[in-house]
Amino acid sequence: MRFINDLKKYKRYLAYAARAQLKSEVSNSYLDWVWWILEPFFHMLIYTVIFGYVFNAAEKNFPVFIFIGVSIWGFFSKTVNQSVKLIKNHKSIVTKVYVPKQILLLCTMCVNGFKMFVSLLVVVAMMVIFKIKVDWHLIYIVPGLLLLVILTYGICCFLLHYGVYVEDLQYIVEILLKMFMYFTGIFYSVPNRIPAPYGDILNSVNPIAYIISTLRNGMLYQSGASLTVMGVWYVAAAILVFRGTRLIYQCENSYVKVI
Amino acid sequence: MSETAIEVRDLCIDYIPYKKKSIQKSFLKKNTDKTDIVHAVKSLSFSVEKGKIVGIVGKNGSGKSTLLKAIGGIFTPDRGSIDLYGNTISLLSIGVGFKPDLSGRENIMLSGMLLGFTEETILEKMGVIIEFSELKKFIDYPVRTYSSGMHSKLAFAISATLETDILLIDEVLSVGDQHFKEKSYHRMKELIMDAQRTVLIVSHSANTIRDLCDKVLWMNDGELVTYGHTGEVMDAYTRYMKRLK
Repeated sequence: MRFINDLKKYKRYLAYAARAQLKSEVSNSYLDWVWWILEPFFHMLIYTVIFGYVFNAAEKNFPVFIFIGVSIWGFFSKTVNQSVKLIKNHKSIVTKVYVPKQILLLCTMCVNGFKMFVSLLVVVAMMVIFKIKVDWHLIYIVPGLLLLVILTYGICCFLLHYGVYVEDLQYIVEILLKMFMYFTGIFYSVPNRIPAPYGDILNSVNPIAYIISTLRNGMLYQSGASLTVMGVWYVAAAILVFRGTRLIYQCENSYVKVI
Repeated sequence: MSETAIEVRDLCIDYIPYKKKSIQKSFLKKNTDKTDIVHAVKSLSFSVEKGKIVGIVGKNGSGKSTLLKAIGGIFTPDRGSIDLYGNTISLLSIGVGFKPDLSGRENIMLSGMLLGFTEETILEKMGVIIEFSELKKFIDYPVRTYSSGMHSKLAFAISATLETDILLIDEVLSVGDQHFKEKSYHRMKELIMDAQRTVLIVSHSANTIRDLCDKVLWMNDGELVTYGHTGEVMDAYTRYMKRLK
């Protein structure tokens, strides 16, 4: 498939561009890469105080619980938000030389993925501090994170495409993201807090909520997650990836005419 | 006798089949605007032999730049085909697409890699590029801090140093101050005169075209008027442009 070949051809560019992007982001601020930890840390602090004490919705090991949610959601929402205007923001490249547009998306994902990785390291550090016991269920984070990456890519392919033609898509995406943020249970547990059976249903139909709760179960509560739901979402994500990649290949050369 | 480097057959390119739309607008009027499709290039066919220098002339809006972009692979043709016989190609125009927050050095890397060069080749040529661009210590500063002159010097240095088999030039670049202008014009000439390189030049300067090109392609409103030897075509073209006045 053409996509695999392009990946091979551009992987050096991808690596270099992502690294340079990360470097430039930190070289302009006073606290450098510390921001990648501070940002999720303060989000966590706010949510812990508001939802743990004001609304009394705390779970076991609540700060770590929230930190996992914030890290995953940060990756997803940042990538989705950036993908809408991705082509426009790379206008100077797109109008001068041919580059598969999926590469630009993957580059954004690498940058955000690296930030997520850093904040997941903080989660590990917190797990040590909180003396959280782990068992073999920890293995669930591998398929969980993989699903997150594939799904985000698939969704963003479509947003990238329609973002070129529909000017006000950004507003819609922002509203949807805000809505999803509350339904995703970043600062509360969807299956525990929303009355049955709606909590479990919501947790299954919202893939990001499902991924977050899978990671929390595996890392904090020594338990797994529904493999059926996982399988369904893998199939859905694969279809999105396949269709999205093809859609971009079909239309990418017209993007230049519009921007 | 000699091999062909570019073969364009029956090329058609339309503009604005996809209009930008806002959601509100598309609710208000449904599927109008079908009529204002612009045919920028209309069934154009020609071929260029390897090593030749071809100038493209025509008044503004006659589809010259569109044609170059299509050959450079940035557009897909709506109909027709372009065959490059496996030659590498680059479009030389001001600024290969810099990321403003990155340093000049990193931008050289990125641009070079987008043009299809390996990291090793670029590192090898890095010294030459930096020297040619005359940026000295500024090469490690972010590109957003550059003046416009420095910006175009860097862009030119990259395109002029990383050489491809086919070179597409949109307006002959003379950038920077008087001294750099002369230097870049000489370098351009050197690049263009290389017997192995196929070059397409879009220019409004009749002198440059007469000076550099073997053949000239005259376009008007997306259609081919004539394609032939420089002298004849340019005489006809100059006469035509005079009549317009």
